[in-house]
Amino acid sequence: MGTVTRKTIDARGLLCPLPVIRLQDAVKDLPAGTEVELIGTDPGVLHDVPAWCRVHGHRVLQTRDDGEEYRVVLRIAR
Amino acid sequence: MSQQRKAVALISGGLDSMLAARVIQEQGIHVEGINFFTGFCVEGHTHAIRKRDRNKPKRNNALWVAERLGIKLHIIDIIEEYKDVVINPKYGYGANLNPCLDCKIFMVGKAHQWMREHGFDFIITGEVIGQRPKSQRRDTMPVVARESGVGDLLLRPLCAKNLPPTKPEREGWVDREKLYDFSGRTRKPQMELARKFGLVDYAQPAGGCCFLTDENYSRKLADLWRARGERDYELDDIMLLKVGRHIRPRPHFKLIVAREEGEGRFLQGYKNRFVHLYPVSHSGPLTLIDGRLEDGDLELAGRIVARYSQGRDAERVTLRAVTPEGEKTLEVAPFKPHEISPRWVL
Repeated sequence: MGTVTRKTIDARGLLCPLPVIRLQDAVKDLPAGTEVELIGTDPGVLHDVPAWCRVHGHRVLQTRDDGEEYRVVLRIAR
Repeated sequence: MSQQRKAVALISGGLDSMLAARVIQEQGIHVEGINFFTGFCVEGHTHAIRKRDRNKPKRNNALWVAERLGIKLHIIDIIEEYKDVVINPKYGYGANLNPCLDCKIFMVGKAHQWMREHGFDFIITGEVIGQRPKSQRRDTMPVVARESGVGDLLLRPLCAKNLPPTKPEREGWVDREKLYDFSGRTRKPQMELARKFGLVDYAQPAGGCCFLTDENYSRKLADLWRARGERDYELDDIMLLKVGRHIRPRPHFKLIVAREEGEGRFLQGYKNRFVHLYPVSHSGPLTLIDGRLEDGDLELAGRIVARYSQGRDAERVTLRAVTPEGEKTLEVAPFKPHEISPRWVL
């Protein structure tokens, strides 16, 4: 089995839509199949990142609300 | 077989740009959206910051529109480049510090650049003649097309029939007869068209989507420029103008007082860059000091902060002040309401 590459994007302290912009810019250079974990402090990431993924066809694998931090894990499609 | 034409639509998240994109999709054109983030966008920020808004449903309206239309949306960070638009608008400001015409020219110009880089054929916007007093007038429409450099590759599907045919119409990429002739400030034709397309629950922001159209926000930005002696800003400056009470008791400093827990948490992220104060004898707001403090100013600031604490009616309130020289404890008499001059409150 191939190894899945995972990249982490630290979007803590940024208000939406900046976390989405950081994600969008990072994804441009990543190959299909890469997993990306975005960590943010704006609860909006739990809505905006999945919405952005749906619009671009990427798959959300997990969303998590830790109270003060929010995480979205996704897999890049092409 | 005819070539598949591609249009890039400026998507604000409001109804007009959504309709414009949909009208062009109906003609078999491949449409993708572009949305610009200036730093002044109203989009959800205050919801994110303020605790009392946290349970309200929150969405990015531009992404919501893209989902409804089934198009890709590209969100572009233009914070740095946009400064020149705000600081030096060639066509001036609207009622507040909103440089709407320069903004439209800039955004259409950026969309034109994106269009060329990505092999698209033309640009569409949701502009309607007469809809906005500053930027959407019959005489400003050609200015936007000319000064942005896009020329006749800019199509406004909602009012195209009131304007000379553009290249996409002349070349037959789109059928002019299926475009619209909306004009004026009425929203009825747009609402009727939305109904026809089955589009409901669209955003209708009362004050537009930009903080620069807001009188209070513009007053705080003008104060910032006056106090610093220059018309400039960083992203953090304009974000902080969205948060808290801003009180300037002296020309050389102001206080940013958190109004509730959510704002306090937001300001926590900034506190290490500022002198800051918080009450310790009573619960009360975290407050940042922006500017420089002279003799007696820290006590003045402390009395204001105490006024907004639970100790407002107490004889004395104890506060902790964190300054570059170290931490200090202050004991102050809270100001009475009439002692805080209305002129101080921005």
